[in-house]
Amino acid sequence: MATVAEMPRETQTFTTVRTPDAAPRPVKVRGENVNVFYGAKQALFGVTIDIPEKAVTAFIGPSGCGKSTFLRCLNRMNDTIVGARVEGKITLDNRDIYDTDLDVVELRARVGMVFQKPNPFPKSIFENVAYGPRIHGLARSKTDLEEIVVSSLQRASLYNEVKDRLHEPGTGLSGGQQQRLCIARAIAVSPDVILMDEPCSALDPIATAKVEELIDELRTNYTIIIVTHSMQQAARVSQRTAFFHLGVLVEEGPTDHIFTNPIEKRTQDYITGRFG
Amino acid sequence: MIGYAFLLILAFSAVAYFVGRSTGSRFVATAGGKVHSLPGYHGAFVALWVGLPALLLLLLWVSFQGSAIDRMLLASLPETLTAGKSASEIDLIVSEIKNVAAGRMFSQPSADIVTVAERLQGWHAIADWAMIVVAACLMIVGLVLSRRLLSPRFRARNVVERIISGLMIGCSVIAILTTLGIIVSLIYEAAAFFRMVPFTEFLFGLRWEPQIALRPDQVAGQGAFGAIPVFVGTLLISFIALLVSVPIGLFTAIYLVEFADERVRAVVKPVLEILAGIPTVVFGFFAILVVAPAVRDFSNVLGLAASPNSALAAGLVMGIMIIPFVSSLSDDAMKAVPRSMRDGSLALGATPAETMTKVILPAALPGIVGGILLAASRAIGETMIVAMAAGLIASLTINPLDSVTTVTVQIVTLLTGDTEFDSPKTLAAFALGLVLFLVTLTLNIIALQIVRRYREQYD
Repeated sequence: MATVAEMPRETQTFTTVRTPDAAPRPVKVRGENVNVFYGAKQALFGVTIDIPEKAVTAFIGPSGCGKSTFLRCLNRMNDTIVGARVEGKITLDNRDIYDTDLDVVELRARVGMVFQKPNPFPKSIFENVAYGPRIHGLARSKTDLEEIVVSSLQRASLYNEVKDRLHEPGTGLSGGQQQRLCIARAIAVSPDVILMDEPCSALDPIATAKVEELIDELRTNYTIIIVTHSMQQAARVSQRTAFFHLGVLVEEGPTDHIFTNPIEKRTQDYITGRFG
Repeated sequence: MIGYAFLLILAFSAVAYFVGRSTGSRFVATAGGKVHSLPGYHGAFVALWVGLPALLLLLLWVSFQGSAIDRMLLASLPETLTAGKSASEIDLIVSEIKNVAAGRMFSQPSADIVTVAERLQGWHAIADWAMIVVAACLMIVGLVLSRRLLSPRFRARNVVERIISGLMIGCSVIAILTTLGIIVSLIYEAAAFFRMVPFTEFLFGLRWEPQIALRPDQVAGQGAFGAIPVFVGTLLISFIALLVSVPIGLFTAIYLVEFADERVRAVVKPVLEILAGIPTVVFGFFAILVVAPAVRDFSNVLGLAASPNSALAAGLVMGIMIIPFVSSLSDDAMKAVPRSMRDGSLALGATPAETMTKVILPAALPGIVGGILLAASRAIGETMIVAMAAGLIASLTINPLDSVTTVTVQIVTLLTGDTEFDSPKTLAAFALGLVLFLVTLTLNIIALQIVRRYREQYD
């Protein structure tokens, strides 16, 4: 059987099976017919999705299916890749984020990102968290800044572990602590949306459990979009799940629905472990 | 003759390799999977046993043949030639005999010398042939013995690998020994200098007038060996060079790493590499013909007096020379900062400029400092530009428009022309060289230390 990507462009269908929530939440981020190209290669085919506010949306799918690519469109990190091109429309609170009027710096202040591998700067824990507020001028005084740093660390449930060594290097923390430091760093600029690109793939199970717990707490205040390879993780932390395959958004719906009663055969195959 | 000997060893080793390999193949054919090493290793084992001892013998033979024959020659000189001659006169006779034996005749030699020369020729021929015969015997013995060692369970691979790693150790030891040899010869001559001129006078003296008389009839200065003016001149020129190269090189690197697009990079990088490949003597031309007159004219316009060979001109050109050093080492240091740092900063809404100044530069700073120190030691040791464009007179000044001299220039002038190795004038060059070596060595060690500490940060 030919896969979608191998079929000629005209004959492909990009229909997505959608199952709405029982009690729909307001839409925070919306993608409309998004195509992404890396040079001549097309990585995403007409992705259309609504991402609800103050909930966790998980992107799942096999490697190379385009889930990270789509995530990186949402804060325009694809701009930093030479040869990447995005078509279609992505809105944040109904505002086109690829609009030339919109400054990418403002966008990224509203859409934070946590990466696959913890990437604290080689600075102190305090300076890591203070980095964002400083460049955006969020703190008027030194005490302001300290308050922001402390509250961000508290929200990332890291404060109690590091309060005595705020001025030691962030790179000296354990992997799980580093990842929570990166989350605190993202929270410090008070974003609306936090993107997480496989945030636990470099962590051990205990650190993973802590980060998942944190994600669950954060969803009361932030819209969270998480890319994950672990279906258990998607099932544990997310309210909605979107399944990508070969650059196409195949199915999206409430997480329990996707995992218990998938409609598309490809979704079913992936979830039951038949490929990917 | 030695060329033929090498060819012979090469040919023998090749034959030995095939002999060993065919033995190995036979083991595989008869013993099947129980053979320890691949046939190629059996071949290499035999070849190494044949080639290496013969090669060693050849090297030893060549290094001792000359002195052995010389000694035989001296012992066999007829009384008529040596009677009542001093050692240096005998040396002259020996070299005449050698010349005659080699066919270089400047005058009609005496009969005695001709007979000795013929004898010498005979010895040379015998020695050459003996060398080849002994080497061939050694190789045959090696072939027979090493072939006898081969068996299916023989660990040829392990032995070959050990020999090869021994060879590699030998190569690195040669490099280290050469360095040690250079240091020892420097220290030896410098010690001779410090027996004539007190250490403290050299290190702290303020006057440098080394052109003293070598012969009683020469008219020359009294001599003074205070190295301070020379080192101040070196530091002045190096400082000017760094003042030029560090900002230019650093900003070039920042531009290339963060802001330039592919097409600009494709042009700028190769051009910088061309700059690094220009011979320093060409930079010297540039300094004398273009920069020095420009500096003089410009300072005349400003109403300042500049000497024709100003420190500024030499420093400027040297700065241009080390720009590629600074830029390519800082470029490497900034590229070594993981992409995830950059992404993390950009994802927080930092602009590329903020990312550069707040994340990449601090993270790369140790590497950049290391690069600058390496460039500095290069500038201090640079000779050709300053020999052409800086002055010769050691004046103690920090005015960049004055003429100053540098350590390397002084070494060059002390060791050209009349030299005599028991005069402080000549030996002073070695003392200068020693101190210069210590300074650049220290700078290099500091630079490497800084670079190493920087590496640990991300691993």
